[in-house]
Amino acid sequence: MKKNAITLKLGNILVFIVMFTVFIIPFIYILLMASKTSQEAALLRFSLPEEFLFFSNMSEVIAFGEYRMIRALMNSTVLTVGSVILVIILSALFAFVAQRRNDKLATIMMAVLVAGLMIPPAVVPTVFLLRSLGIYKTLFGMIMIDAALFMPFAVVIFRTAMTAIPRDLDEASFMDGASPLRIFFSVILPLLKPAIVTVVVTTSVKIFNDFVGPLYFLPGAKNITAPLTLYSFISQFSTQWNLLFANVVVITIIPLVIFIFFQRQLVSGMMGGAVKG
Amino acid sequence: MLKKVLTLALVSMVSFSLFAGGQQEDVQESGPVTLTYLVASGTDQNQAWAACESFMALNPDVNFELELRPGGTDGDNIVKTRLATGEMTDIFYYNAGSLLQALNPQQTLVDLADEPFMNNVDDAFKMTVSQEGHVYGVPNQTAMGGGILYNKKVYADLGLSIPKSWAEFAANNEKIKAAGITPVIATYGDSWTAQLFILADYYNVQAANPDFAAEYTANKAKYATTPAAMAGFKYLKEGFDKGWYQDGYATAKYNQGLELLATGKGAHYPMLSFALTNIVENWPDSASDIGFFAQPGPSADQNGATIWMLSANYIPATTKGAKLEAAKRFMEYLVSPQGIEDMNRNVPPSGPYLVKGAELPADVLPAVLDIASYIDAGNSAPALEFLSPVKGPRLEQFCVAVGTGQMSPEEAAANYDKDVANQAKQLGLEGW
Amino acid sequence: MSKKQSNKSLISSYPNWFYLPAIITFGIFFILPTISSFYYSLTRWTIFDATFIGFENYEAFLSDPMLSIGLKNTFIYAVLTSGLKTIIALPVAVLLTSGIRFKGFYRSVVFFPVLISTIAIGITFSMMMQPHTGLINVALSSIGLPMVDWLGNPSLALYSVVLVDVWQGLGIATVIYMGGILAIPQDYFDAVKLDGGFWIKFRHVIIPLVQNSTFTVIILSFIGGLRSFDLIWAMTGGGPGFASDVLTSIIYKQYQAGFYGLSTAGNVILFLMVTILVFPLKAYFDRKELDV
Repeated sequence: MKKNAITLKLGNILVFIVMFTVFIIPFIYILLMASKTSQEAALLRFSLPEEFLFFSNMSEVIAFGEYRMIRALMNSTVLTVGSVILVIILSALFAFVAQRRNDKLATIMMAVLVAGLMIPPAVVPTVFLLRSLGIYKTLFGMIMIDAALFMPFAVVIFRTAMTAIPRDLDEASFMDGASPLRIFFSVILPLLKPAIVTVVVTTSVKIFNDFVGPLYFLPGAKNITAPLTLYSFISQFSTQWNLLFANVVVITIIPLVIFIFFQRQLVSGMMGGAVKG
Repeated sequence: MLKKVLTLALVSMVSFSLFAGGQQEDVQESGPVTLTYLVASGTDQNQAWAACESFMALNPDVNFELELRPGGTDGDNIVKTRLATGEMTDIFYYNAGSLLQALNPQQTLVDLADEPFMNNVDDAFKMTVSQEGHVYGVPNQTAMGGGILYNKKVYADLGLSIPKSWAEFAANNEKIKAAGITPVIATYGDSWTAQLFILADYYNVQAANPDFAAEYTANKAKYATTPAAMAGFKYLKEGFDKGWYQDGYATAKYNQGLELLATGKGAHYPMLSFALTNIVENWPDSASDIGFFAQPGPSADQNGATIWMLSANYIPATTKGAKLEAAKRFMEYLVSPQGIEDMNRNVPPSGPYLVKGAELPADVLPAVLDIASYIDAGNSAPALEFLSPVKGPRLEQFCVAVGTGQMSPEEAAANYDKDVANQAKQLGLEGW
Repeated sequence: MSKKQSNKSLISSYPNWFYLPAIITFGIFFILPTISSFYYSLTRWTIFDATFIGFENYEAFLSDPMLSIGLKNTFIYAVLTSGLKTIIALPVAVLLTSGIRFKGFYRSVVFFPVLISTIAIGITFSMMMQPHTGLINVALSSIGLPMVDWLGNPSLALYSVVLVDVWQGLGIATVIYMGGILAIPQDYFDAVKLDGGFWIKFRHVIIPLVQNSTFTVIILSFIGGLRSFDLIWAMTGGGPGFASDVLTSIIYKQYQAGFYGLSTAGNVILFLMVTILVFPLKAYFDRKELDV
C-alpha cells in the first residue's frame, strides 16, 4: 500500500514535468520574447529579459499603425460572432430534420454537405461570386463564406447529438399542436446545448484565427483581421521578434476568453458519443 | 410558416449588413483627397511612408492611407487578384520587368507615357515598365547591383584582392575558410536569396551567349543545354561540396545573413544591393565596411555586374477623378529634384538613381560606388528578368535543392527548364 | 408496432424546408464556386481571361517531376499525424479523466495550443527549432545530447513539422476521447474492478468502448492531415528545396505563380485523392461502429 502511494506520487511528479516541458515552456518562451528589446529578442534565447518591456511592447503593438489592432480585433469578433450564430442556427435546423426523417432525401442532403468537409474551397471563383453579389470586401460576405465552410462540421456534430434526444419529446409537442419551428427553438435547441458549445469553441477559434480566408476575401486596410496583424512585424527583410510575439499574445486573448468561458461544458459536449465522424 | 422564416432571415440579413455598413466610400470632388497606397510590409513600407509624409507636408489637400501586403509571391498574388477584380488601391508599388508584364497593364493600369514628368525618367528604366509603347510606372528607389557583397575588413585582414574570375573567388574562399570565417553566406530559410548565384551570373551568360535572352524567350535556348547558363547551378553545388556555407544555412534567414556579413563572421553574401539599406538600419557602424563586386565568371577578362532595375509605383485604371489627379501629382513629386532630395534624407540610396539630373549624395556608401563604377565603365548587363518574361516560379526551390545537396546541377537545370514551360504557356508566348 | 406507425405519420411534421437556409447558403457560397472551378481547371486562366485547353492542365500537373515527392509527403504527413494523435491522445485522455492532481489545469494546458493561430505556432516553433540558438537544441545539448537541424535537414524537416502538428492538434483529439471515456457507464468499470488492474481496465474496457471516438479522431485528423497547409507553410514553406512539399503547398505555389488553371486542376486532384482515401475508411468505420 505504501509502495503504491510512492509510485503514485512519483507518477504525479513525472506527469507534471512532462506536461510542463511539452506544453508550458513554449508559452513561457513566447512571453519572454514578448518582454524583450528588439535587439535582445533577435538573439532568440530562452532567457529572462534584461529589461522587462512586456507592457510597453504590448501597448506598442496595440498602438501600431494608428491602433490598427483595435480595428482588427473588432472585425475578427464581428466576423466570428456573425458566422458562428449562422452556422449554429442553420446547421441545427438542417441536422434536426435530417436525423428525424432519415429518409432518402436526408441521406442525399447529408452527403452533399459532408462533401464540404473534404473539398478545398476554390479561391478565385469565390472572389468573382462575392463581387457579382456586391458583397466583396465586406464583413457580411466573409461571414457568409465562413458560414458555408464551417457548416458541414457542425451538421455532423448536431446530427449525432440529435440521436441522443428522445423522439418522444418532439412527438409529445406535436401532439400538443406546436409548430415545427416552435419545437425546434424551445425543445431541440436547448437540448443541443452541449453540442452547441463544442461547435462554438472549435469553430469560433478557427474563424478567429483564419489567416488565408480574410487574405483573399476581405482585403483592405479597414477590413484587417487579427491574424493578419502578424504581418505588421514580419517582412521579407526584417523581423521585430519582440513585437511579433507581443502581437501573438494580444491576438490570443479573445480565443482564450472564449475557451475559459466554455471550458467546463466543452468536455460534456463531447460526451455520449456526441462526436462521430 | 415560410413567412416567419423569411422574416427571420431578412432580419438577420439586415442586422449583418449593418455590421458591414460604411464600406461604401463617398467620392468627394472637393475637399481633401485620401489616396490608398498598397506596398509590401517592411522596408518598402518605411520608404513609401517617408515619401508620403514629405509629399503631404507640401500638399495639405492630400492624405495617404497605407495598406500592407506580404512581399514575395504571396504579395504578387494579392496584387494580381485585386487588379483583376477591380479592387486595387489608388496607387500601388510593384516590380518592373517580367512581373509587370503578367499584370495585363494595358487593361488594368493608367498609361503615363504622355505625362510631362515622365521626361525626367531614365529611358533604361522606362523600358522595364512599358508594354507596346505605353509607359506605366514611376521609380521611387534606385537601381541595384546583383553580385557579391563582401566584408572589406575581412579582405584587408587576410590580404585578399577582389576576384575577377571564379577560380580566384574559389581560391579566396579557401583562404577565408582556413581563417575560420564563413566564406559564403547562404540563407535558404528565405529561399529567394538562394537564387543569386544564378541570377547574378547573367552578365557572364550574356558575355558567352549574347542572344541568350531572345533565344530563351523563343524556347530555343535552355539552361540544361547552355553551359554558360548551367554554370550558376554548378556554383551552388560547388559551395555545398566544398563546405563554403555556414552552419545551419538551410534555415537561416536573410537578416541573419546580413548580421554575419556586417559583423565579419562571413566574408561574402551573394545578394542584391538593396540589402545595404537593411544594413544601414540595423548595423549603421558597419555599413561602410561592406563592398560590392560582380559575380566572377570563367574568365578574368570579361568581368561585369548584373543590374536590377527598380520597382515602380503604378496607378490602376480604377483610380478616377480627383484621386487620379492627386495620384499623378504624387508621381510627379517622386521624380522631381525635391522628391529625390527628401528620399535621400530618409533612406540612403543603394544604387544609382534612374531619374535624370539626380545625383548620388556625397556621403554615399562605398558599395554603391563600386556598383556605379561597373556601370560607368560599361561593364554591366540587366538581369535576365528584365530581358525575358520567362522566369519559372520555382527557381528558388531548385536552387535550394542543389545548394543542400539534394539534387545535381544537371537534374535541377533540366527540371527548371520544364517548370519554365508553364510560365511561358501562361503568358501565351510563341514557340512553347 | 403502433409506435412505428405513429412515427411514419409524424414524419411530415419535420418540414423539408428546414434544409433550405443551410442548403441555400452552402449552395451559393461553396458549391457554386466549386463547380465553376471544375470548368476553370480545363482552361488556361490568367484571371483576366480564360482559354479552354481541355485536359492540358491535368497533364502538366501530373507530369510535374516534383509531384511524386509531394504525394508521398502528403500521405506520410496524414498517416503520421492522425496515427500519433490517436495513440497519444487516448492515454492523455485517460489521465485527464482519472483522479490525478491538477486535472483541470492539465486539461486547459493541453487544449491551449488549439487556441493560438497556426501561423503564430509555426513561427514560434521554427524559432525554437533553430540549429544553434533554438531552445530545443540548447536544451538537448545541455543534457549532453547532439543538436539536431530540425528544419534544415532535408530528410528531417517533414517529420519536425509533423511533431508540431501533433502538438497543436492533440487538444481536440484528447477532448473527443475524454467525452468518449466519460460516457462509458460506470457498470463496465465495476465489472472489472474486482479482477483486474489498470491495464485490464484500459485494454478491455476503455479501448473497445471508445472505439467510436477513435474513429472520429482518425477520420478528422486524417482529412486534416491530407489538407493541411498553414503549419507547413509557416515552418518550412515546403523546403528545404522540395523536401517537405505536400500537395496543398504545391497547389498554393502554382496559384501564387498565377497558374490559376493549373492550380485549380491540382485542387480537383487533391479532392479526388481525399475522396479515394477517406470514403473506404469511413465506410469501414461506419460498418464497425458501435451503438452504445
